[in-house]
Amino acid sequence: MSERFRRLLDFGGVDVDRILAILETTDVMAQVLQRPVKRVPALQGFTVATLFFEDSTRTRLSFERAARAQSADVMAFARGGTSLSKGESLRDTVATLDALQVDAYVVRHPAAGAAHQVASWTDAAVINAGDGRRAHPTQALLDAYAYREATGRPFEETRLTIVGDVAHSRVARSDAELWQRLGAEVVLCGPPTLLPHELAALPGVRLETRLEPALDGAHAVMALRLQHERMDAGRIHSTSAYAERYQLTEERLANAHPDAVVLHPGPMNRDVEIDGALADGPRSLITRQVAAGVPVRMAVLYHLLVGKGSR
Amino acid sequence: MTVKAILLDANELDRALTRIAHEIVESAKGAENLALVGIHTRGVPIAERLADRIASFEAVRPPVGKLDITLYRDDLTEIALQPVVKRTEVDFDIGGMRLVLCDDVLYTGRTARAALDALVDMGRPAVIQYAVLVDRGHRELPIRADYVGKNVPTRRDEVVKVRLEEVDGEDGVVLGVRGEDPT
Repeated sequence: MSERFRRLLDFGGVDVDRILAILETTDVMAQVLQRPVKRVPALQGFTVATLFFEDSTRTRLSFERAARAQSADVMAFARGGTSLSKGESLRDTVATLDALQVDAYVVRHPAAGAAHQVASWTDAAVINAGDGRRAHPTQALLDAYAYREATGRPFEETRLTIVGDVAHSRVARSDAELWQRLGAEVVLCGPPTLLPHELAALPGVRLETRLEPALDGAHAVMALRLQHERMDAGRIHSTSAYAERYQLTEERLANAHPDAVVLHPGPMNRDVEIDGALADGPRSLITRQVAAGVPVRMAVLYHLLVGKGSR
Repeated sequence: MTVKAILLDANELDRALTRIAHEIVESAKGAENLALVGIHTRGVPIAERLADRIASFEAVRPPVGKLDITLYRDDLTEIALQPVVKRTEVDFDIGGMRLVLCDDVLYTGRTARAALDALVDMGRPAVIQYAVLVDRGHRELPIRADYVGKNVPTRRDEVVKVRLEEVDGEDGVVLGVRGEDPT
């Protein structure tokens, strides 16, 4: 961790010590959010810009809250209501914001690699808040944090199974990368048409088309939504046929670890990829995942912006 | 760091803390409603030891909190490549309490300023006092300590190093000059 940490685009090149330090800082930030005064002055004088080219509620709001809870100023840009809708290019938008002295960009874009592009145009800190189907690192961090908080189980002794539309999921990619980096075993499961083979190349990652062997001995099971908006025709026969084979239910978790927990990155299609009762039941970490969003993003902003040479 | 002088040996450090413990109780007219808050890192064992001392001659042991002030510092972009934040553990309601903030060395006063900001974000104590083992001068803010183990005039290029059993394996305070191996 001897270099300045300026970009969180994916987990390539981010070492395990850095990841663990961010999870430790998240603990402190969660504590700040439980006080009567939910704000610290750590990022006073910094400006964070959120650049969202794709719909999002929880991610954008939690980044803005995370910046404000550390006394940073926030500039929010979304497609409507800005020059983005007048055809201004991403590059020109970044140049404009750079001139307004933005210290950190939080970028969400439907195209893979958009945040990398932004990072190549600016010296400011850059966080990828989701680029196409490629990466969404802060979601993976909050999943890992929520899991560790709830179970206390070391990642080295953990098997994570991710079930669903893996092909279109940046969350699946980032979680697979992060958890295997932390020492966990990762199983990706879904219909063959939604299970890209290139992911098997990641060390510690296994692909499985049948649900039963995929869930065998799992400590954490994550359900993914079918991303119809990104899906070309013919990937699956029907939503009900998918649910029949892959929907997570309490019964189907019978051969998972007895204390297995269930995660879902949202938005959730109840009774499609996950049984509503399971999502609301004692195994579910879904509420904790949402709650972890703000402290994790506070920790990431803190690590990117604070310290020698950050300005 | 090259050592120039021993400011306090283990016995002197012990006696200084005993005296401060008595002064705190005398000023507070007892240990009721009193609490100690140590600033990470070495302020924490100092607060614990003061609480132990007070417990030995008063009927109660005042509660002890641990305060990390990193998120309140005004020099976050200067002190380190990546300033590490530690947990703050103040498990009692500080509202209406008589708090004594404890630290090892009082120098510029910036740590105390940050600590005061952190404390008032947690509640409204009746009184906040400040106890330090060594006051080395060179204040940059209008801050003073209520209880001081030892006043030591220093030069800015000198280093005051407090070592405590709980953190460093031994007790003592030395004055040194920054050398090739700054600590």
